[in-house]
Amino acid sequence: MENVFPGEQKLSEVIVVTSGKGGVGKTTTSANIGTGLARLGKKVCMIDTDIGLRNLDVVMGLENRIVYNLVDVVEGNCRIKQALIRDRRHPGLYLLPSAQTKDKSAVSPEQMIKVVQHLKEQFDYIILDCPAGIEQGFQNAIAGADRALVVTTPEVSAIRDADRIIGLLEARGFSRIDLIINRMRIDMVRRGDMMSAQDVVDILSVPLIGIIPDDEGVVVSTNQGEPLVGSLTPAGEAYSNVVDRILGAEVPFLCTERGMSFWMKISGIFHKA
Amino acid sequence: MRLFRRKSSCQVAKDRLKILLISDRVNCSPEMMEQIKADLTKVISKYICIDTEHMEIQIQTKGNLPGKGGRTPVLYANIPILDQVASAK
Repeated sequence: MENVFPGEQKLSEVIVVTSGKGGVGKTTTSANIGTGLARLGKKVCMIDTDIGLRNLDVVMGLENRIVYNLVDVVEGNCRIKQALIRDRRHPGLYLLPSAQTKDKSAVSPEQMIKVVQHLKEQFDYIILDCPAGIEQGFQNAIAGADRALVVTTPEVSAIRDADRIIGLLEARGFSRIDLIINRMRIDMVRRGDMMSAQDVVDILSVPLIGIIPDDEGVVVSTNQGEPLVGSLTPAGEAYSNVVDRILGAEVPFLCTERGMSFWMKISGIFHKA
Repeated sequence: MRLFRRKSSCQVAKDRLKILLISDRVNCSPEMMEQIKADLTKVISKYICIDTEHMEIQIQTKGNLPGKGGRTPVLYANIPILDQVASAK
């Protein structure tokens, strides 16, 4: 297989973004983390592993540029390089889209590992966007990964599913599992109507790597197909901090009862308390 | 006054999750717990006299196995031993 970046050997990290429950923000998180890493000059390949229900291309705004997909690669209909879509906004950011017409059994974990191994030679980070559930799609996504980001929201159902997923990841020997708590609302935590980040961490007992505030900006960014990481919005800032933590930096958490970022305070003025 | 006594919905969620996750993690039904309790009673009663009325058996999440952190469930049994004089009565 020829290289996308000829003459370079990479030692990359493969991160799976998973949650168990659907609709908690896996795809948004994958898009923002992938974009955020690319903004810092990393070579990133995002893989949408949700076969039959592809979404990452739409969230990234790359849906009109798909020619080949993951299933085509696995079935040998094209070379891997032909299926990769380059994001023109960020040098070094690529997407391997999923197939919309095939079903989940079209790819096996072994085939997935092979694809990831090939890409590992050329990229710094490979981000695997995992489908909801714990069936074949989940098994495929975690097969080739070194570390996992578990996304949850501060709700009973999402936390229960996250706990199940963490148990499965631990059983598979994952040594690095980090937690992202999405759609946090500090005003509700203060009223005692939402579990705080600390409550969720106490229950799940895995290290926290990000708290993403509930932010209308996420809907706007998805409408536009432009991830908001790094923008001057509460969620944009929070995702940017997650990216820094993935790279090993120690960044204080903004969306807690004690610390609030400048942008959160500003948006709080317009938000009813 | 009712407003002050009401449990916050956050606390309700935490309490529900605590119970839910214990049974999820261990995959152990209440019937199975009763069987474990009965079998334990049988075995221990062969050697010492125990107070079966007040014995407690629970699965807790306080486990602390190396490498597994706080996520290992443990079986906790609190079995009071009756002293010989009291049991002779």
